[in-house]
Amino acid sequence: MDTNLIFTLCGVGLCGLGFFGFIYHRHLLRRLIAFNLIGNGTFLVMVGFAQRGQGVTDHVIQALVLTGIVVAVAATALGLVLIRRWFQLKGSTQLPEDDAS
Amino acid sequence: MNMILSPIPWLLVIPLAGATLTMLLPYHWRSAASVVGIFTQLMASVILWYQVTHYGPQFYAMADWQAPLGISLRADGLATLFVLMSSLVASACAFYAHHYLSLHKRANFWPLLWFLWASLNGIWLAADTFNLYVGLELLTFAAVGLVAFASDERSLEASIRYLYAALLGSMAYLLGVALLYGAQGTLAMDSLAETWQWGPTTQVAVTLILGGLLLKTAVFPLHTWLPPAHGGALTPVSALLSALVIKASFYILLRFWIEFQIYQFLPSLSQLLGALGAGAILWGGWMALRQTHLKMVVAYSTVAQIGYMTLMFPLLVAENSEASMLAYQGGILMLLAHAFAKAGMFLAAGNLIFCTGKPDLVSLAGMSRYRPLNIFAFGLAGVSLMGLPPSGGFNAKWMLLQSSFMSGQWWWIVVLLLGSLLSAAYIFRVFAYTYQETDALDTYKRPRLSLELIALSLSGISILLGFASLWPLEMISLPGPVMEALP
Amino acid sequence: MSWTDWLPLAVLMTSFMAATIIFMLPEQRHVLRSTINLGAACIKLILIVFLIQAVLKQQYPEIRLEVLPGLELILRADSLAILFAGLSSVLWLFTTLYAIGYLENSPNRSRFFGYFSLCVASTMGISLAGNLFTFLIFYELLTLSTYPLVVHRGNAASIKAGRTYLIYTLSGGVVLLLGVAALYALGGDIAFGDIERTAALVGTWPELMTIIFILLIAGLGVKAAIFPFHGWLPTAMVAPAPVSALLHAVAVVKAGAFGIVRVIYDIYGIELSWQQGFLFPIAVLASFTILYGSWRALQQIDIKKRLAYSTVSQVSYILLGISLFGPLGTIGGLVHLLHQGLMKVTLFFCAGNFAETLGIHKIHELDGVGKRMPLTSAAFTVGALGMIGLPPVAGFISKWYLGMGALEANMEWVIFVLIGSSLLNAAYFLPVLKRIWFNPQQGQWPLEVINNNRDAIPLLLIPALVTASLSIAAGLFASSILSPLGWAELITLREYLR
Repeated sequence: MDTNLIFTLCGVGLCGLGFFGFIYHRHLLRRLIAFNLIGNGTFLVMVGFAQRGQGVTDHVIQALVLTGIVVAVAATALGLVLIRRWFQLKGSTQLPEDDAS
Repeated sequence: MNMILSPIPWLLVIPLAGATLTMLLPYHWRSAASVVGIFTQLMASVILWYQVTHYGPQFYAMADWQAPLGISLRADGLATLFVLMSSLVASACAFYAHHYLSLHKRANFWPLLWFLWASLNGIWLAADTFNLYVGLELLTFAAVGLVAFASDERSLEASIRYLYAALLGSMAYLLGVALLYGAQGTLAMDSLAETWQWGPTTQVAVTLILGGLLLKTAVFPLHTWLPPAHGGALTPVSALLSALVIKASFYILLRFWIEFQIYQFLPSLSQLLGALGAGAILWGGWMALRQTHLKMVVAYSTVAQIGYMTLMFPLLVAENSEASMLAYQGGILMLLAHAFAKAGMFLAAGNLIFCTGKPDLVSLAGMSRYRPLNIFAFGLAGVSLMGLPPSGGFNAKWMLLQSSFMSGQWWWIVVLLLGSLLSAAYIFRVFAYTYQETDALDTYKRPRLSLELIALSLSGISILLGFASLWPLEMISLPGPVMEALP
Repeated sequence: MSWTDWLPLAVLMTSFMAATIIFMLPEQRHVLRSTINLGAACIKLILIVFLIQAVLKQQYPEIRLEVLPGLELILRADSLAILFAGLSSVLWLFTTLYAIGYLENSPNRSRFFGYFSLCVASTMGISLAGNLFTFLIFYELLTLSTYPLVVHRGNAASIKAGRTYLIYTLSGGVVLLLGVAALYALGGDIAFGDIERTAALVGTWPELMTIIFILLIAGLGVKAAIFPFHGWLPTAMVAPAPVSALLHAVAVVKAGAFGIVRVIYDIYGIELSWQQGFLFPIAVLASFTILYGSWRALQQIDIKKRLAYSTVSQVSYILLGISLFGPLGTIGGLVHLLHQGLMKVTLFFCAGNFAETLGIHKIHELDGVGKRMPLTSAAFTVGALGMIGLPPVAGFISKWYLGMGALEANMEWVIFVLIGSSLLNAAYFLPVLKRIWFNPQQGQWPLEVINNNRDAIPLLLIPALVTASLSIAAGLFASSILSPLGWAELITLREYLR
């Protein structure tokens, strides 16, 4: 079993865990963290799965993952701003559970 | 090509520069700077259109950095049409916002609008799947920011829901792209199309990408985030979101589906997409009929209209090239007509709400007497959305009908016709309210004429499309990657 | 392309431009609005005269625009188109005059006249359409532009009526769209008159083409108010009188009937329809609608409702005439398209005059009105006698040709339908006439708007008198080529010699 496969499997596991958390939790911060978990899983998959069997590092993937991390940080920041504002307005850390569809 | 000569880089650089500049400039200068930017955008779009129609598809590598690390861009007929569409709609919404928002709001509106515009152009012109991801994310941030802009509880809640749905969607897309890179070894659209290999990894990747994009396009039953976000935002923002933003993820889906010939290899998935579209048409129409607030009716109408666009996927059939061509053209025409009609309708609805000061339908009584021009604008957009002639919406529906006949898929005909009746029902329901006369004294505010005229001209374009459909159809049928991949 | 080819477009644009300008005008510019309206109506009449000259010389002006690959908008003036366009433009002029008088001092006139002109523009488009696609476009536009007129008053009753109207007409429109789209899918864009192509299609797909025929007729039958699709017509009576006059005499029901004429004559061809056995069911349905409409009219106590059911019955005369295979039946059907328009518009004008002058809405309130409003009552009498079919009013000619046509087509039972319907017509119109002329006045008028013992105001009276005179003239001068009968004979001649 080479390291890349381990990376990939870990990534898939993280994604699954993150996805579960994203669906399961109501607390907005927890959901944001779960999203970050999915993101990190995805990056692991990118690094691991894409480079398997090549023996050399793939610069494209490294560049992509870097970009991805930047984007994810930005997303987290935006989420935090919104959540903080929501907390100031409503004093709540979760969205009202309306069944509006 | 030289940067000065090609309009493609300008379509990205100007909006990004605009975003930065309008953040730094004093409040009073931001509108002026934006107006200059809007005109250069319109000019760049027209130049691009000229080049593409006369010299064929255009390619451009940003700062001469070639793929795979650089940002490479391409403009075929389809992309050019979308650039033109977004330039027109975004300019109209920008001018509307300039008159509609207060100085303070307006000043903060511009940077977000420019980010939105940059990411839209980035998506239309992207030549590789990762740039599409970056575009999608940037678009999400700008759009979420714009939704939260109304700065009340409802819109904040809507924007958080929207953000979470969109983030999940883009992550699914990114994971799909990662798997695709692992399986195919490239990210560029054209080389992916050339060396496409089906395998289990690719199938998982396609499923992830499909799921992510469906969530971001708000295709039924993943649409729940859309109505509060589109219905709760400020009027010019609602128009931008419904007319352009959801089209971005749809556009990516369309490119994947056709360029990688997914429609040929997974016809059952296409049928599933069609079924979701049918669900969207019926459910969206039904929900629009039950709303009590004007903008929510329009927002649910968007859910239904996305369904119409999704109906083009099952009609792309490998065995029947004529039916596929009709479906492709009809679907794009539907999208185009919807962009103008829905922007016009949201702006007209915003004017009506401004007049009455209340967002609900009952308060519209007497409006068709007080603001006939505005009702007319709403009505013209409605005609196109209902798919009644003469309008772009009708021509599109006609092409989809013909495509269904040709490929023998009569069940979509039933859906198309039922959907028209449903949309007629919810639009005329709004009309019935505006024609009502009550004894209450009129206490209406009068919107500026320019606001009404902007709404009217957008709706008018959706009607004119009924007479000038050939022009966009010829444009999207110019030689390019999409046309090569169609049967 | 000669200059006459632009005429069909110009005819369409006169009403369309009038509508656009009227929408832009402020509410209080009443004189300017009326001038534009009447000016456009007069210009349109002049253009129609030019078109008639061209058609008489066997030139058929047409203009085309490609809207989708392989699909064109065609505006073409042939003799049948002129029949309907001529009727609409003549009646537009008088209905506009009437409406100006009727709506004096009422709100929302800008909206009303704008949609009114749009409605006429769509009627013009329907009559000049050169293929089913163009027809469909204007047919739907007619639905859209009449809705604001039906709900014009804005009270609960009219909003409800508007909803009923839309449910019927939009559903009909969808059925029609299905038929048109299916026909296009089978045979491409078929221009009116290109019956050889349809004949080839019927040879290849007889069952499908039958289904398409049924779809087309059912979709058009909603506006033509054929039983069981007639329900919207009496409900739409809440609209102002000029709208009722326009809807019932000209635009909507005639658009449906005219469409059926087009489908039978210019898409399928009369001989093919006969061979396929399409005509007989239509004859039966039309006969039933004639008798049913008259029967229901008899039960109404509201004047406008009675007239509405009378329309249900009378429009089916047109369909009956078309479904009688043979030139005489065709002449009877086509000529009734015009005659019914003239007579029914007269009756609605008069009903409006009764309501506006004395507040009379119910039939029993008409007692003795002949002495109070002699001219209106005289016009009403002319219309009513024409409906029954007494000479020399135009209605007689229609019934005469229908009867002859029935004999020619060996469908003697139709004679009994005609006699039965005439008896019913007499049964629901003669008592009204008796009340008007012979019964004494019973107490006060319900709501006397105009005192001093005068008839209706001139703007309301003159259109009614003119259309009444035209109904008589159409009967008296029936042998002229420019009379409705002469023109119907011309169409039939060209149709059967083709």
